[in-house]
Amino acid sequence: MQKLENWGRNPIIKSNVLNFENIDELKDHISKQADLIPYGNGRSYGDASLQDTVIKTRRFNSLISFDDEKGMLHCQSGILIEEILSVFVPKGWFIPVTPGTKFITIGGAVAADVHGKNHHLDGSFSNHIYELEVMKTDGSIIKCSKENNRDFFDLTVGGMGLSGIILSVKFFLRRIETSYIIQKKKKLNSLDAIMDQFESSDDWNYSVAWINGFSKNLKLGQGIFLKGKHALKNDLNRDFQRNNPYKIHNKFRFKIPFDNKIKLLNSFFGKLFNFIYLNINNKQSLTLVHYDQFFYPLDKISNWNYLYGKKGFSQYQFVLPFGTSRNVFKKIFKIINDSKIPPYLIVLKLFGEQKSFISFPIKGYTVAIDFPNHKNISSLFNILDKIITNNGGRLYLAKDKYMSSDMFEKTYSNAADFKNSISNLNNGKNKLSSLLSNRLKIT
Amino acid sequence: MKKNILILGATSDMGRSFARECAFRGHNIILAARNNDLLSTLHKDLEIRTNAHIQSFRFDVLDTDSHKLFYESLPLKIDLVVCFIGYLEESSKCKKNFNIAKTVFDINFSCVVSILDIIANDFEDRKDGIIIAISSTAGDRGRASRYHYCSAKAALNTYLSGLRNRLFPSNVRVITIKPGYCNTKMTDGMKLPSFLTSEPEDVSRSIFNAINSGKDISYVYKIWKWIMLIIQIIPEIIFKRLKI
Repeated sequence: MQKLENWGRNPIIKSNVLNFENIDELKDHISKQADLIPYGNGRSYGDASLQDTVIKTRRFNSLISFDDEKGMLHCQSGILIEEILSVFVPKGWFIPVTPGTKFITIGGAVAADVHGKNHHLDGSFSNHIYELEVMKTDGSIIKCSKENNRDFFDLTVGGMGLSGIILSVKFFLRRIETSYIIQKKKKLNSLDAIMDQFESSDDWNYSVAWINGFSKNLKLGQGIFLKGKHALKNDLNRDFQRNNPYKIHNKFRFKIPFDNKIKLLNSFFGKLFNFIYLNINNKQSLTLVHYDQFFYPLDKISNWNYLYGKKGFSQYQFVLPFGTSRNVFKKIFKIINDSKIPPYLIVLKLFGEQKSFISFPIKGYTVAIDFPNHKNISSLFNILDKIITNNGGRLYLAKDKYMSSDMFEKTYSNAADFKNSISNLNNGKNKLSSLLSNRLKIT
Repeated sequence: MKKNILILGATSDMGRSFARECAFRGHNIILAARNNDLLSTLHKDLEIRTNAHIQSFRFDVLDTDSHKLFYESLPLKIDLVVCFIGYLEESSKCKKNFNIAKTVFDINFSCVVSILDIIANDFEDRKDGIIIAISSTAGDRGRASRYHYCSAKAALNTYLSGLRNRLFPSNVRVITIKPGYCNTKMTDGMKLPSFLTSEPEDVSRSIFNAINSGKDISYVYKIWKWIMLIIQIIPEIIFKRLKI
C-alpha cells in the first residue's frame, strides 16, 4: 500500500499502486483486481483518479508513429505533454489544446477532455482526436473515434477513466512557425470591461483573464486580460529568437524541498502577490513571449501545490452558460469576498460551442478559483453550488471533490445516460470506479 | 560531438529515459535488451524522435557465452557504453534459496563483468572510449534487508574502480553512477521519501553531467553522497546494532 494524493493534496489515501509497461501486464493486473481506476500524473485536483487500486500509466509512454504531413501523432497514454513538446516543437508542431500545465498525461487529457485558452476557437482536446485505443475491464481492446464506436468514444472523452484504460491516442498536432507567442496584456478595472474584451477578441487564438479576488466594491472583478497568438518567423525581432525559432521550454524546475506544516502562502502574501501582479501590468503591452511563459507560468515550481502546506487546496471551477447575467458572476465574487476564505488565484475564460456527451465545457464563461483548504470551505461551496445549479451551469469533474450526486445529475444533462452506460459495460461487470464516481453515484 | 552509444539494458526505466536523452542530443544509438517486444517499441519511439542512426539487438546478460559474438557483430564502433542491467531481490528470499542469491550476483556483477571486460579490451586497444555502469549506493555498506544485493553492487564498485585504474593510461574512462532511490520498476511497492527519490530522467541527466565534468563516481542527488558518507563512517560495533 502506498500513500496517494492528487494535486489538491486532499484526500490522501492508501492505495494498491500497480504499474505496467506492456499490454499483457495491464491485462494481468485488471484480471486480478476489482475497483480500480487509472492514474496518470496526479494532476487532477480532487479524487478523480483515486481508488483502492490504481493503475499508473506513466511507464506506458512511447511514441508509436508520426505522420509529418498531417501532423498526426499516435502515442501511448502515459506520455506527458511536456515530452511531446520537447520532441515536436523543434519539428514545428504544437499541442492542439493545452491546460495550464504541461505535466499531464495524454490519457488524462482525454479522460478529462481538457480545454485551454483557445476553447472559443478550437474546442476541447477531444475535437482533435482521430482515434482512441481503450482496454475494457474484460481485457478486450476497443478502437473508437467520432466515426467508429461513437458511443464508446463518447463515454471515454470526458468520462474520467470510467469506460476503460486508455492505451493510446491518435490526434492532430498544430503547425507552428516559431515557439513564441505574441501576447497582448491589458489591465481592466471591472468585470464588465474584461468580458467585453473576451467578446471582441475572436481573432486571437488564445485568451484568458486573471482576476484579483481581493478587490472589492467598485473594483470587484478587476484584473488583467491576456490574449495571444502564435508568432510567425517574421514576427521575431531579436537575434537569439531568429537563431533558434523552435526553442523548447527550460527543463530546469525549482522544487520546494520540504513538506511544510505551515502554509508558505497566507492571506497577507496572497494579497501582496495579487496587488503586485495587478500593478506591474498597469499599462497595456504587446510583447513576444515564449510558450512556456504564456501557457505554463506555474510549471516553474515543480510542486507549487506545496505552497498551500499539508492541508492542501481546492479549486472551484464552474461554467455558466453564455448570456447568464454578469450580475451572477459579481454576486459570486461578492460571496467569496464575504466568506473570508482567501481566493489566491482566479482565472476567467470564455468557452465556445461544444457538442459532447459528458465533457465539462458548454458555451459560456468558466471561472476557476483556488482556495486554501479551510474548515468552512464546504459551506461556501454549498452556497456557490446552488447559484451554479440554478443558472444552468456545472462544475469541472477534474477539479472537483465536494459536488453532490444530486447536483451532478441536475447539471450534466446526460448524467443519467452516462451512469447507465458505464454500469452496463462488460455485461454489468465494469470494474472501474473512483472515489469521484462513487461520490457522484455513477458507480 | 556525435557519438555511437551502446545501451545495455535499454528497456529498463532508466535505460529508456537515457536512450531518449541520447536521441534528443542527436547521438547514434544501439539498443540491447532481452525483451524483444519492449525493444521494438523503444526502437520505433526513438526513430520518431531523431534522425540519428538507431539499431537494436537482443542481448541476454546471463548468456555469457554469447557476449563475445554479440559485441563483435555490432555494426558500429562504440564510443560509449552504458550498462543499466541490475536486479534487486530481498535477502529474506536469497537466504532461503541460493539460486535466487546466485541470480542476484550474476545479473548485478559476474555477468556484467563478462561483457564489460570484452568491451574494455576493445577500448584499450583503440585507446579511446567511455564505460559507464549504473551501480548503487547499496554497494557502499551491507544492510540486513538486502545484503546480497549490497554485496553484488559492492563487488561491481570495486571492479569498476580496478578497471578505471587499469584503463587510465589507455585514455579510457570508467564512470560509476550511484542513483540512490529512483522511481523505477525495481522500487515499485517500496515506501520511498520523495525528496530523496530521483526520476529516471534525473539519472540520464547526471550521466551526461558526469561525462562532461570528468567525474569518476557520481551520485545522482548530491545529498546521497553525504548520506552514504555518514553510513560508511559509523563504526561496525555500532552499525551492527542499527536497523536501517
